Amino acid sequence: MAGLATKFGSGAMTNSVEGISRNDVLFVIGSNTTENHPIIGLRMKEAVAGGAQLIVADPRRIPLVKFATLWLRHRPGTDSVLLNAIMNVILAEGLEDKKFIADRTEGYAEFVESLATFTPEFAEGVTGVAADDIRKAARIYAGAGNAGIYYAMGITQHTMGTNNVMAVGNLAMLTGNLGKDAAGVNPLRGQNNVQGACDMGCLPGDYPGYQKVSNPAVQAKFEKAWGKSLSPKPGLTASEMTGAMLSGDLRAMYIFGENPALSDPNMSHSIKAFKALDFLVVQDIFLTETAELADVVLPGASFAEKDGTFTSSERRVQRVRPAIASPGEAKNDLAIIHEVYKRIDPAAAAFDVAAAELFAEAASLWPGIAGMQYDRLEGDGLQWPCPTVDHPGTSYLFQETFPREGGKALFSNVPYVVSDELPDSEYPFLLTTGRELFHYHTGTMTRKSKGLNAAASEPFIEINPADAAVLGISDAELLSVSSRRGSIKVKARVSDIVPAKVVFIPFHYKEAAANMLTSDALDPISKIMEAKVCAVRVEKQAA
Amino acid sequence: MISLTIDDKKIEAPHGATVLEAARLAKIDIPTLCHDPRMKPFGACRLCIVDIAGLPRPVTSCTTPATEGMVVTTSSPRLERLRKTTVELLLSDHPNDCMVCIQAGDCSLQDLAYRYGIRDNRFSGAVRQHKRVDNNPFILRDQDKCVLCGLCVRVCDEVQGVGAIGYANRGFESDICPPFKKDLNCEFCGQCVSVCPTGALTAKMWVGQPRLDGLQPTETTCTYCGCGCNVTLHTHGNKVARVSSRSDNHNRGWLCVKGRFGYDFINSPERLTTPLIRRQKGGALEPAGWDEALDLITSRLQSVKEQYGPDAIGGLASARCTNEENYLFQKLLRAGIGTNNVDHCARY
Repeated sequence: MAGLATKFGSGAMTNSVEGISRNDVLFVIGSNTTENHPIIGLRMKEAVAGGAQLIVADPRRIPLVKFATLWLRHRPGTDSVLLNAIMNVILAEGLEDKKFIADRTEGYAEFVESLATFTPEFAEGVTGVAADDIRKAARIYAGAGNAGIYYAMGITQHTMGTNNVMAVGNLAMLTGNLGKDAAGVNPLRGQNNVQGACDMGCLPGDYPGYQKVSNPAVQAKFEKAWGKSLSPKPGLTASEMTGAMLSGDLRAMYIFGENPALSDPNMSHSIKAFKALDFLVVQDIFLTETAELADVVLPGASFAEKDGTFTSSERRVQRVRPAIASPGEAKNDLAIIHEVYKRIDPAAAAFDVAAAELFAEAASLWPGIAGMQYDRLEGDGLQWPCPTVDHPGTSYLFQETFPREGGKALFSNVPYVVSDELPDSEYPFLLTTGRELFHYHTGTMTRKSKGLNAAASEPFIEINPADAAVLGISDAELLSVSSRRGSIKVKARVSDIVPAKVVFIPFHYKEAAANMLTSDALDPISKIMEAKVCAVRVEKQAA
Repeated sequence: MISLTIDDKKIEAPHGATVLEAARLAKIDIPTLCHDPRMKPFGACRLCIVDIAGLPRPVTSCTTPATEGMVVTTSSPRLERLRKTTVELLLSDHPNDCMVCIQAGDCSLQDLAYRYGIRDNRFSGAVRQHKRVDNNPFILRDQDKCVLCGLCVRVCDEVQGVGAIGYANRGFESDICPPFKKDLNCEFCGQCVSVCPTGALTAKMWVGQPRLDGLQPTETTCTYCGCGCNVTLHTHGNKVARVSSRSDNHNRGWLCVKGRFGYDFINSPERLTTPLIRRQKGGALEPAGWDEALDLITSRLQSVKEQYGPDAIGGLASARCTNEENYLFQKLLRAGIGTNNVDHCARY
C-alpha cells in the first residue's frame, strides 16, 4: 500500500470487481485468487470465458493456472525482476503508451534508464522464466485495450515488497492502463475489513482517511475535532511493536480481534515479546493463542451480532447488521471500547455509543466518505470517494488526475534486491506460505467450523515429487521441517503444485504453525515481514 | 430496442433479449424450472413454452430470441394443459414427500404442483431409486428429487469453472454425478445448492433446523475475505441456521465454501462468554465480572502511562471488525491515551 500511495497518491484497488469481466487482459501476480478471493476469482473466470487473456505469475501451480493463456513460474522473491524485464521488452518493442506517459506521469526519463539492465535474458537467469515467455507476456499485456493487474500478499510479503508494488504500478503507467473503467492496479485485500481498518486510521502514521499525523494542519484539525492535544510523532507498526516489547519500550498492549501470536512471522520471537509485556489485554470471540497470553481477556461479538459497516477490497462500504444476541456476558465490541474509553477519559467519552453516529463522525473528518450516511448504504453500499450526499460513489479511480501534488503519477526506479534469506547447503529448500480455500487466516473461526475442518483437517507441506524422490519421502509421511528460527512436524503432500526446491505450508494450523519457521526480516518502507521466502531443511522422521 | 406484442401488450425489449426476458421485463409471469438469468438459456424443463404467431407449435421462450413485431401468447388453455402434463410427468418420478422435505416452502416443483392443482397423477408408475453416496461434509444429495434441470451442472461449469459434476446415462436412467460416479473434485462453494429448484441438493448443516420460511432473515456482509459479499443470515432464536445470498446483489448471490457453510463458529460452544482475568503472573485465566476487568485495564494502562509515558502503550485494531469499532479504537489510543501506536494486521 505504501508503494501505490507514493506513486498514485492512494493505495486501494483502482477498479471494481464488477469491471473485471470487461478486462481484455488480466495479469495476476502473487494472488491465489480462486482460493483466497473466490468471488473475485469467479469474475476472472468469467472474463476468460468471454475471451480475455489471462497471465498468471506464480511459483505455485495455483488453480487459476488452468485458465491462463500464459503461466510464468518465477522463483519466489523475483517478482520485480520479472516485472522490470516485461517493461524492458515493452520499451524495446515500442509498445508503451507515449501519450499517457507524457500527459499523466513524471519521473519517466530516469525510470527508462533504470530498466536498461533488466533484459529478458538477465531475468531468465534470476527468475527461471524463459526469456521468450517474458516477451510473450509483455506483448499480451501491452497489446490490450484494457489490462487489469491483480496482486496480493504474494508480492508484498517480501523484504522488497514495496519495490514489487512499485514495479506493478510502473507497468500499468507505462502502458496507460490506469484511470479507466476496466484497467488498473488492484491489490486484493485479505480480510473483510482490512481496507476499512486502514481507512479508519488504524495505521501508526495516519488519522482516518490517510491524513498524516505528522502534518501540523491535519493535527490541528483532529485536535479541534476531538478536543485533545495529539501527538505528531508517528507510532510503531505492528511489526516494529515486537521489537519494542522486547526492548521494554512498549509496556502494555490492547489487542482487539487479532491473533498475532499465530499470524506473525517468527512466532516464537513474537510470543516471547508478548510475554515480556507488563500488561496485555485481548478482546476476541475465542480464547486465541494470543488471548492465552493475556492478563485480561474481554469477550466480544461476532459479525452476526453487530451493527456497523465493513469496507471491501473495492472500497465498497457496506452495512453489517445484527442477527442474533451475543452468548453469555459477551458484549458488542463498540460498547467494550467505549467502556474502556469512558474510564480513561470520562469527559471525552461522555457520548452514547451508536454505530451510525460514529460513522457520521468519521465521515465529518474524512472528505472521502463525507457523502455517506447509513440510509445511503442499503443494498450494495457505496464505493469511496463519495464526497457529497448526492455523489453516486466511485467505481474506478484516477479518471482525471492523481491525488498527488501536480496531479501526476510517479515512475519509480526499482532496483534488483535479493530476498533476505535464500536456501543454502544447510537449509536447502525455499519455504513459501499462504492460505488454502477451506481456512481463513489463523483458523480462529474456520477451524471451529465442523464442515470446513473436515474438508481440510490437518496441516501439510507441499513438496515436489522430484525432491520427495531424492529424500525418499512418500505422500502423507510425517516430516520434520526446520529453519533458523524453529522446527515443526508436518505431513508431506507430494505434489507438482510447487516447483522443485520450493515447499509450501499453509499458515492456518497452530499444531504445525508455518510462522514458527518464517523470517521476520522487514521491508524497510512498509515494514511488512518476509513471510513468502525463507530457507528451511526438510527431513524424514527417525523411525 | 425492438418492439413486440406479448399477451396483447406492446413491449419494448433490448436487442438480443429472449422472449422470456422480454416477458419478464414486462412483469408477465412465465413458469420455469431450469432457467436462471445468471446462466445461459438451456431449454430443458419445457415449462416456459409460448405460442408465437406464425409458428405451428409452442416453443421454449427461454431459448427463443425476441424479434421485431413478434406476437407472443404466454397462456392459453392448451399451453396450460401442456405445462400441467410436464409437471405431472416430473411428479410421477418424484417422492412427493413434501411433508418431511427440508425444501418445502422453498421449492419450485411444489409451487408448480400447487399452481396446477395436481393431486392424482395420471402417470404414476415406476420411480427411480438412486442410491445415495455422500462422503462430503457439506452437501446433501437426494437425487430421487432431481428434475434434471441441469442448473447444478451448469453453475459448476459456467460460473464456478470447476465442472465437478455432469450428466450420465439417458432417459429414465439419467443421472447427475461426478466423472465415473467417483472422484468428486468439488470446492463445496454450494452454488449448486443455491440454484437447485427442489430438495435434491441441500446442505447437511440445515438438517434438523427449521425450514427457510421458519427462519428470520438478516441482510449483512460476509466476515471472511475482502470480496465483501452480501449475505443473508437466517436465524432461529440466537442460532444462525443458514446462510444464503440474494441473486440481485453485487456478488450475484454467489458465495464460497467459507461464506456459505463456514458459519458454525458463531454458535460454537467455545465462544468466550465472560471476561477473564489472570490475577497473578503465571497464574491461570479466571472468569471475572465486567467491572473488575474494565477497572483493572484502566488502572494498569494509567499506571504504565504515568510511569513510562503514553508511547509505552500500543494497540492492535482488527481487520475483521467494523469501521466504527476501528474508528473508536484508534481515537481511544490517540485522543484517550495519547499515542499513535495503533496498527492492525494489514501486513499479515
